[in-house]
Amino acid sequence: MKKLNKNFWVGIIAALAFYGVVQVLLTTGIFTDVTRSMLLLIGVNIMLAVSLNLITGITGQFSIGHAGFMSVGAYTSAILTLDYNVPFVPAIIAGGLLAAVFGVLIGMPTLRLNGDYLAIATLGFGEIIRIIMLNTEYVGGASGLSGIPAKTTWTMLFLFTLITVVVINNFIGSTHGRACIAIRENEIAAEAMGINTTRYKIIAFTIGALFAGMAGGLSAHTFYVITPGSFNFLKSFEIIVMVVLGGLGSTAGSIVGAVFVTLLYTYLREFPEWRMIIYSIVLILMMIFRPSGLLGKTKFSLGKFGKKEAKANDAISENSAP
Amino acid sequence: MLRVQGINVYYGAIHALKDLSIEVRQGEIVTLIGANGAGKSTLLQTLSGLLKPKTGSIEFLDKSITNQSVQSIVKQGLIHCPEGRRVFANMSVEENLELGAYLQNPSSLAADFERVYNTFPRLLERKKQQAGTLSGGEQQMLAMGRALMGHPKLLLLDEPSMGLAPLLVRDIFTIVKEVNDAGTTVLLVEQNAHQALKIAHRAYVLETGRVVLEGDAKELADSEEIKMAYLGH
Repeated sequence: MKKLNKNFWVGIIAALAFYGVVQVLLTTGIFTDVTRSMLLLIGVNIMLAVSLNLITGITGQFSIGHAGFMSVGAYTSAILTLDYNVPFVPAIIAGGLLAAVFGVLIGMPTLRLNGDYLAIATLGFGEIIRIIMLNTEYVGGASGLSGIPAKTTWTMLFLFTLITVVVINNFIGSTHGRACIAIRENEIAAEAMGINTTRYKIIAFTIGALFAGMAGGLSAHTFYVITPGSFNFLKSFEIIVMVVLGGLGSTAGSIVGAVFVTLLYTYLREFPEWRMIIYSIVLILMMIFRPSGLLGKTKFSLGKFGKKEAKANDAISENSAP
Repeated sequence: MLRVQGINVYYGAIHALKDLSIEVRQGEIVTLIGANGAGKSTLLQTLSGLLKPKTGSIEFLDKSITNQSVQSIVKQGLIHCPEGRRVFANMSVEENLELGAYLQNPSSLAADFERVYNTFPRLLERKKQQAGTLSGGEQQMLAMGRALMGHPKLLLLDEPSMGLAPLLVRDIFTIVKEVNDAGTTVLLVEQNAHQALKIAHRAYVLETGRVVLEGDAKELADSEEIKMAYLGH
């Protein structure tokens, strides 16, 4: 266990170092506002991708409704800060919690479904949320909410992203995570081993929704405006693309996927007419030449530390086995 | 040890098990034989709680387990090794076994590994290998080993010989016998009636959801009816 813990702390320190460097670059003005908002977007997308990876990559439940959870969090936190003067952090957390409630609500009836059927049901859920927002005067209808205070700072975003990654990654590494992976690998066998598959699916959906909701809140407080249109199923697909590109089932992969897709999207803005074409071609090429994603099923680790972690795992199992 | 009385199980409108009653006594190997669609796997799935009977009762160790959750049934020591191996393909052999002990006290894990590796030395050789890359026979051993990790008092084995080479089939049956000798009661579903009747103490013959014959395995193996229908000579 010691080695694993050491790896964990190495990861945290590396992340904090990265934070420090960016913070310096931001305060000294070397990073422009454009770079800054791109960084914030990357952070939000990492939260979305890592949380969806828990549902789709680890537990194997194909969900196309992630933008729905995001929108619940975004609207909730925006209304709280706009209309009720709730401080920023509690508002974000409240948004996440309400999204988690929706995660449970949608989880209970739909998780009896498998594969394609679940995908359709989650798609339906995302669309219902969007339509409700679209037709509710109180939340601005089609024009959405605007003038949301831009309170998401680099520091805040970094903290939330770090918490997301650490919590979800530790969950995946725990017995509970194992149970979720067993469900992905073979649901009937998992059930026969005594794993409560329904419960773990709901847990995965709830945790995923919680962090997606927080990501929604953070993004609402970054870009001033939210409209129902920004949480349509294309957004859900975008998150799926990040997860699949990075490598289903790998937290590190989801992070890389989120960074990659966000950068691709941002830099292709200069060629608007070519953007979607290039984007699509990249996706097609990726799936042909690297179908398991950029990082495959690599467990979370910072690049070269991967091997060490694998060894540490071996050492542990060596001890537990005769 | 296990007493099933008059259970009726449906798949939607299909009446899969009709008023079925069987009994398994401590220390036995009992085999269920019958053609495809006779309801053998359905019965096992009902016993382990994956399917629920509409009527009838199931008693295990003198306690009713009718309509209990799979988890609590597994906890009481009735463990199902499902048809078609169903190993966790992207996990190592060791991780597969570990999940078999999911509801067990972690302190007994090391001893359990040793016990299973003794029964299946092949698994020890391959403990770091991904389960999906094992051969069919090894996957079957893994599936059985995984079930044994959960300390079964009664082990439900669903077609352990399916799709295996004749030599391996013999090995698998030898192992089932060994497991039984070591004190685990076994309820064995098999297409390979010949082999199953050889190691079993008693047998039930199922046809379209009903028990049509039951009795001592040796006697059944010798009966003309069985020879004609299931043994092919």
